[in-house]
Amino acid sequence: MSNKYDGHWARTKSLTTITLVVWFFFGFAVHWFGDSLNSSSFPGAYYMAGQGSQIAFALLVFWFASRQNKIDEEFGFQEDEEK
Amino acid sequence: MIKLEGGFVKNLGKVYSIYTLGFLGFVILMAILEWSGVSNTMIGWLFVAFTVLIYALIGVLSRTMDTGQYYVAGREVPAVYNGMATAADWMSGASFIAMAGGIYLKGYPYMAFLVGWTGGYVLVASLIAPYLRKFGCYTVPDFIGTRYGGNLARFCAVFILVIASFTYVTAQINGTGTVASRALQIPFEVGVWIGLSGILFCSMLGGMRAVTWTQVAQYIVLIVAYLIPVFWMSNKLGYGLIPHLAQFDAVARVQELEAALGVKQLMPTAEAQAAAGKLSALKVGINDASSSAMAKWKFFTLVLCMMAGTASLPHVLMRYFTTSSVKAARQSVGFSLLFICLLYLTAPALATFTKLSLLDPNVATSIIGKSISSVNSLEWIQQWSNVGFLKVIDGNNDGILQINEFFMRGDIVVLATPEMAGLPYVISGLVAAGGLAAAMSTADGLLLAIANALSHDLYYKIIDPKANTKTRLIVARVLLLVIGIAGAFVASLKLTSILGAVAWAFCFANSGLFFPLILGVWWKRANRAGAIAGMIGGFGSGALYLYMVQFAGMEPWIGIDGLRFGMIGMPVSLILMVVVSLMTEEPDKATQDMVDQIRVAKGKPLLDNEH
Repeated sequence: MSNKYDGHWARTKSLTTITLVVWFFFGFAVHWFGDSLNSSSFPGAYYMAGQGSQIAFALLVFWFASRQNKIDEEFGFQEDEEK
Repeated sequence: MIKLEGGFVKNLGKVYSIYTLGFLGFVILMAILEWSGVSNTMIGWLFVAFTVLIYALIGVLSRTMDTGQYYVAGREVPAVYNGMATAADWMSGASFIAMAGGIYLKGYPYMAFLVGWTGGYVLVASLIAPYLRKFGCYTVPDFIGTRYGGNLARFCAVFILVIASFTYVTAQINGTGTVASRALQIPFEVGVWIGLSGILFCSMLGGMRAVTWTQVAQYIVLIVAYLIPVFWMSNKLGYGLIPHLAQFDAVARVQELEAALGVKQLMPTAEAQAAAGKLSALKVGINDASSSAMAKWKFFTLVLCMMAGTASLPHVLMRYFTTSSVKAARQSVGFSLLFICLLYLTAPALATFTKLSLLDPNVATSIIGKSISSVNSLEWIQQWSNVGFLKVIDGNNDGILQINEFFMRGDIVVLATPEMAGLPYVISGLVAAGGLAAAMSTADGLLLAIANALSHDLYYKIIDPKANTKTRLIVARVLLLVIGIAGAFVASLKLTSILGAVAWAFCFANSGLFFPLILGVWWKRANRAGAIAGMIGGFGSGALYLYMVQFAGMEPWIGIDGLRFGMIGMPVSLILMVVVSLMTEEPDKATQDMVDQIRVAKGKPLLDNEH
């Protein structure tokens, strides 16, 4: 039981870490270089702040939720169905 | 009633589809009335009265005397609908009314709000919400109080929650007053009290259950009201069907125009600015991502403060207590963000198209470069300058309107867009109804968060643990009424702008609650003394810094101004919490087991419905 628990928590932690790395990239790193994203043909800084990052965050949360649910099922820690 | 409720939750799709069609039908009916000669004021009244009546009706139908229903809507809200309710709960008057105007006037740096207010949900999903759902608490201080133990920890959490949420709620009641007074042509103070009575009707009788189902209804109204004018403008200006895709060509055009018209070069004269007061001329371009390290740092810190604030504001977190499972809570965060993005992706497009319709000489509605007298004869210019939202001042007396001679309040980008772009008045009524829905739904959630924390955590858990269900729910309602009235009173004093108050609320919340919440789940070693030190130290230092910068005239440290004081509070909170926790005894076995249990979805919640 304890082993199973630790395994589940280790996987949960690494999923959370990956999620936060992607989050940091789209939340901070990209915008730090906002001025270099702008070119004469495309407003890159405006695009990333006004659209790109937001879409990335939404996809990231759905991806995180489904990965975490899979981890729960793999270890038998998912919730009972009738709930 | 319980049976009916089961029937209601199973039929949500049908109920809200009929509601949405009914609302669209109402908009069409209003258009017909306008066409047949009914006055604009009458249409404004009908829009406000009809929507507020519907919300109040939902509130009355959802009345309840059950604590589980009152505090967490019976934990049976499906993920998608909780997503809509959270989106309405989240998107306040600031998002609806002020966001696009902020982007219009302040350009790229302002877009940090967009990034921060969406990215925060990644933290909510991955670090906090599912674990609190498993915990089974009714309120956020309920988690702090049980995880760390003791009345002092619980009390600190209640205190921070009340300060943060109250700051926020006054801004919302202020927003309802602004919209109501404009749409109904009544004094601001009267608008505030009308708004408050609508808000209380939605939440008094049914608590969280009533607020949930009203918020879903309010989301539908606000999103329809936000999207229709933007789609209309994009097509009218000839940039394409979908504004979200069409906006990039428009941005390129706006950048050309800004350069040609001298944005950033032509500044208002000192006299003109003095005459304009708080109104502002356009001084920043739409896409000026500066290469200076200071500008980058300011963007970075604003994003961080808004994200951490999102993840620690109790009225948002408590929405995830209402889902039927931990799994549903996780998915629900995704749906919340999706519904929020529908509006946030539209705001920059609205700012850009509004700019285009005012600046582009090829567009009939443009005003820059026209003669002052012809601009002053426009109906919308007259109407909005009468109420102090804009001002035309010919600084160089040449009779032509330059970019530095047109002063406005950011709010009018949303509120006056229909008139600027020459759309029928029915769209203005629709936008007013949407703004009201946005401000009311957020105010509902905030008032409930405050009243619940005071009634559940302060009254029931600390003052009178033997109180019976009936007394507890009566106390909760009396508190709701009292706090609502206090909020409306403070709002009618108009102390800060809507946006200033909102940013403060985020920083109060992240200074005091962010690390105690996160470390409560992620660090077993975190103990009571550490949490108390983190809450008091973080909140105290943040609040002190805000006072020094905002009121005592201190020079901000490295660009950390009053909007970003969480940058002071958060590190203090983290360091104190870690150091004090390590210096004191580790939590007992029972507490550590409790943390183990909230880390897995399976199993019963740690607190039952009767706690």
